[in-house]
Amino acid sequence: MTQTNRIDAGGRVDRAQTLEFTFNGQRYQGLKGDTLASALLANGVDIVNRSFKYSRARGIVAAGAEEPNAVVQLGAREETQVPNVRATQQALYKGLVARSTNGWPNVQRDVMSWVGKLGGGFMPPGFYYKTFMAPASMWMTYEKYIRKGAGLGRAPHESDPDIYDHMHHHCDVMVIGAGPAGLAAALSAARAGARVILCDEQEEMGGSLLDTRETLDGVAAARWVEATVKELSGLENVTLLPRTTANGYHDHNFVTLHERRTEHLADTASEAGFAGESRARLHRVRAGQVILASGTHERPLVYANNDLPGNMLAGAVSTYIRRYAVVPGKKLVLSTSNDHAYRAALDWKEAGREIVAIVDARANPDGDLVRQARDSGIRVITGSSVVEARGGQRVTGARVCAIDLERFVVTGKTEELECDTIASSGGYSPVVHLSSHTGTRPQWNEELLGFVPGEVKGMISAGGVAGHYGLDKTLADGERAGREAAQKSGFSEAQITLPATRARRDGPACALYQVPHEKTALRAPKQFVDLQNDVTAAGIELATREGFESIEHVKRYTALGFGTDQGKLGNINGMAIAARCLDRSIPEVGTTVFRPNYTPVTFGAIVGRHCGELFDPKRYTALHQWHVENGAEFEDVGQWKRPWYFPRTVNGKKETMHEAVARECLAVREKVGILDASTLGKIDIQGPDAREFMGRVYTNKWAQLAPGRVRYGLMCKDDGMLMDDGTTSCLADNHFLMTTTTGGAAGVLEWLELWHQTEWPELQVYFNSVTDHWATMTVTGPDARKLLSELTDLDLDKESFKFMDWRDAVVADVPARIFRISFTGELAFEINVQANYALHVWKKLFEHGEKHDLTPYGTETMHVLRAEKGLIIVGQDTDGSVTPEDLGMQWAIGYDKPFPWIGKRALSRPDTVRGDRKQFVGLKPKDPSVVLEEGAQIVFDKEQAIPMAMKGHVTSSYYSPSLGHGFALAVVVEGRDRMGQTVYLPMPDGTVHEAEITSPVFIDPKGERQNV
Amino acid sequence: MFYIHCPYCQEYREEEEFHPRGQGHLMRPADPDNATDEEWGDYLFFRDNPRGIHHELWVHSVGCRKFFNITRNTVTYEILETYPMGEQPTITAESEKLRKEQGVQTADGGWQTIGAQPDSRALNEEISS
Repeated sequence: MTQTNRIDAGGRVDRAQTLEFTFNGQRYQGLKGDTLASALLANGVDIVNRSFKYSRARGIVAAGAEEPNAVVQLGAREETQVPNVRATQQALYKGLVARSTNGWPNVQRDVMSWVGKLGGGFMPPGFYYKTFMAPASMWMTYEKYIRKGAGLGRAPHESDPDIYDHMHHHCDVMVIGAGPAGLAAALSAARAGARVILCDEQEEMGGSLLDTRETLDGVAAARWVEATVKELSGLENVTLLPRTTANGYHDHNFVTLHERRTEHLADTASEAGFAGESRARLHRVRAGQVILASGTHERPLVYANNDLPGNMLAGAVSTYIRRYAVVPGKKLVLSTSNDHAYRAALDWKEAGREIVAIVDARANPDGDLVRQARDSGIRVITGSSVVEARGGQRVTGARVCAIDLERFVVTGKTEELECDTIASSGGYSPVVHLSSHTGTRPQWNEELLGFVPGEVKGMISAGGVAGHYGLDKTLADGERAGREAAQKSGFSEAQITLPATRARRDGPACALYQVPHEKTALRAPKQFVDLQNDVTAAGIELATREGFESIEHVKRYTALGFGTDQGKLGNINGMAIAARCLDRSIPEVGTTVFRPNYTPVTFGAIVGRHCGELFDPKRYTALHQWHVENGAEFEDVGQWKRPWYFPRTVNGKKETMHEAVARECLAVREKVGILDASTLGKIDIQGPDAREFMGRVYTNKWAQLAPGRVRYGLMCKDDGMLMDDGTTSCLADNHFLMTTTTGGAAGVLEWLELWHQTEWPELQVYFNSVTDHWATMTVTGPDARKLLSELTDLDLDKESFKFMDWRDAVVADVPARIFRISFTGELAFEINVQANYALHVWKKLFEHGEKHDLTPYGTETMHVLRAEKGLIIVGQDTDGSVTPEDLGMQWAIGYDKPFPWIGKRALSRPDTVRGDRKQFVGLKPKDPSVVLEEGAQIVFDKEQAIPMAMKGHVTSSYYSPSLGHGFALAVVVEGRDRMGQTVYLPMPDGTVHEAEITSPVFIDPKGERQNV
Repeated sequence: MFYIHCPYCQEYREEEEFHPRGQGHLMRPADPDNATDEEWGDYLFFRDNPRGIHHELWVHSVGCRKFFNITRNTVTYEILETYPMGEQPTITAESEKLRKEQGVQTADGGWQTIGAQPDSRALNEEISS
């Protein structure tokens, strides 16, 4: 097929550059400068999709972002698939491959359409939910097929080959839209010296000036666009962003722009000749002033069968003819409520095609364009409207009737007109979407018959969106907006001369949304309001009759405006119909809220470079490379990569985790092991009031802790619930080193600052994170002292270096702090050295450790060893609802401390002292081979009917190689009074485990091993 | 995304640098040991949720690490002022009501009106001593 609808002259396409493309498997040709939509129309492709619900044939309706039907799946290969592309916004490039998102086996012959045809009358709003209600469990299954049938495009199954990025800007004036108003605004603000960003979503800047019949300074308006863009691009204080959609307008003048950088050239950036560059970019702009110059969208009229291919917006017809040199049909009927739409008929006639008639709903239209149409011999039928389109796969005729707007009825006799295209215009809706993003409701303007943006601080709306129609007014308003914005940014006025326009007198428009039909809306052929979501006038009428009166409810019930087009064409018509049915005015019914994004944004642009390796920062300890080289498996703890376990290869076979952990556990209990504990949070606390502060944030006492001593502390929130724990060492009378859990480090530091800055600013104390400055190596096991003594001159004797002491020392010729604390229950030394010495000391320890069989162990073994000792991990054994009392840690609560420390008062509230709180206990499964599931619920009566009374849950559970059986830590209601009792743990598969409540300390209850 | 003027750094910074910490000006009862359960429960769990002017505690968490207060309109999300700890807001729900009743226009000082008046000078002096 050749480009049958292409005209020989005019347009902004390059006839010397033919581009091949494929749509639904068929090859076509278009021209450089085409959009996919204009190229399809040039080739006479009528059906571009099947509709969402009824599978009706759909063609191209619009020429811009508001297009509801021509939503295609783009991409030649699996990895370049892009769903949700509007053909009207996709520039044509060589080799473009696109297909419809709907239609099976294809859009021409669609099986589902018979469902729509036969069942259409039985598919009211809520059809799917009403029909597929039972059984409820099947909904997920139904939904899968319904969704597939609806066809909303699909994501690629392979990785995106392209990269995307973000860019941050500050500017004085952000101009959104480069039509007449936006260009004039940018020019006047820029000449005043303001930093200006001008963005426009189209391939070229100029907006309506690219297809207008009007002239500026006596020549084609596009010439002025060219000159203006040229001047702006030469100014240092101006950034021009074409092919860039302002998609979100957020708090405090923050605007997000989506720039398509190579999507107009090829599938990928490298195919477009920009290898290594980003395919799309998200600009994050913080603007002093925002000028919203987004223009208007034309509203179609709502008449019977108005969705047949061949029904188009009047303005889109003009755009295709004048900008793309494509006439989308042979015989046109224009149905309108206003003067401006007449240009479609004039353009059509000048393109050499037949114009059958202009049908005008007004009784006496008399503007300049009306006269011009009549003078050129076009038949104008007044007081009438197209009430029904005829045809099957494409419009074949239009039925025209005289109508009474006041009474909403058809009055006169019917006339059938033969045509293949019906252009309609019901007026213009300002594109208020972005202003709505800020939470501002648009305001109804009765004179304009449309909503204009509400007041937004820092925003000036200009031109069409502000309700200034007519080229002269639009330009002048843009200039004013630019001038005001520059002044508000502190710049003085600049001189700009606006181009001269020829005055055109337009007559007043009439209010027409839905066109009356002889039959009621429910019986007449479908009159579509929202083409993308298949919402009809009858559907809205039914919704109001079923009691949905709020427009937000009507929207949710009918799905009006829920499509990817956000109802750009249909919303106002839908509100007008709801208003008519409810006998209210449109402002009384109100609008729904538009939300970001204005048009769909590819996830790539949102993510930018924050993907793959850069998705989340990773933190490595100073010893990480050693762990990698020694075969460690890693576990994520917060952002840290911690060795999980170190599997060895035994007899050519790599150990499982279970085997490795069992070996590591026994090594620590019998010989000596070593752990990289560098990730523990470390906070350096200094100041004359440091000790007092410690006493206030910890539950236990700190007044007597002498330099050289270490103490374990519990930290609660003021509600008495445990939030963190760790050891703190007294370095000097006014100097402490606090350790926190790995994941809690940042939170604890902020917590300390919070209390210091907001409650006790009079205390002189200072906090600093030193987590990364120190590496921590825990040497633990019966042979720990023997090993360490080979590397330090420090007296490690049990009497001179007691449990819970710390000492300055030199270890392997490196200055170190050694802490005699234990998280394993064994003799243990935690060696802290400056992080960049860590690898040296670690290697020395292994040199000397070989003869002691020094075994590196990871977090899993650490967990087993501490659990065997009943030592908690905050966040695993506690969950923000556990007090120190619940944990049986009364020994760490200083009720008699003078200052009412954080959490103290709450520990005597009725809820924290009630008798039936869950308490921390151990569980020993009756079957020694069972390892209980963490999180498993505990019941006292296994015979009780469901729902059973849940009396607790397992918080930690492991297999203990030292004990030779599984064991667990748990919280159980009144657990400490139930020692020796049997509890039950019913599992989802029906089995019920039995366990005995025990002390949480399974090994060395007297703590003798760590004290040797 | 808010644009927040840190009263310590004296600069506007993006919201990403800050961390909200809930309602501002919460008073921990001075004598917790003798507070009733109801008083302590109110302090722990009950928070205002006004439509309109609200005072919030924020921290410049990846900046200067200082806590400060924000007076914010919860409807428009406009930040009316930011001020350091120990100071009181110049704009309150009452002052706004009065302003509206009297029809007084305030100067448009950009996004936020900067420079709340300290009313607890004693506290500040104590810190510097």
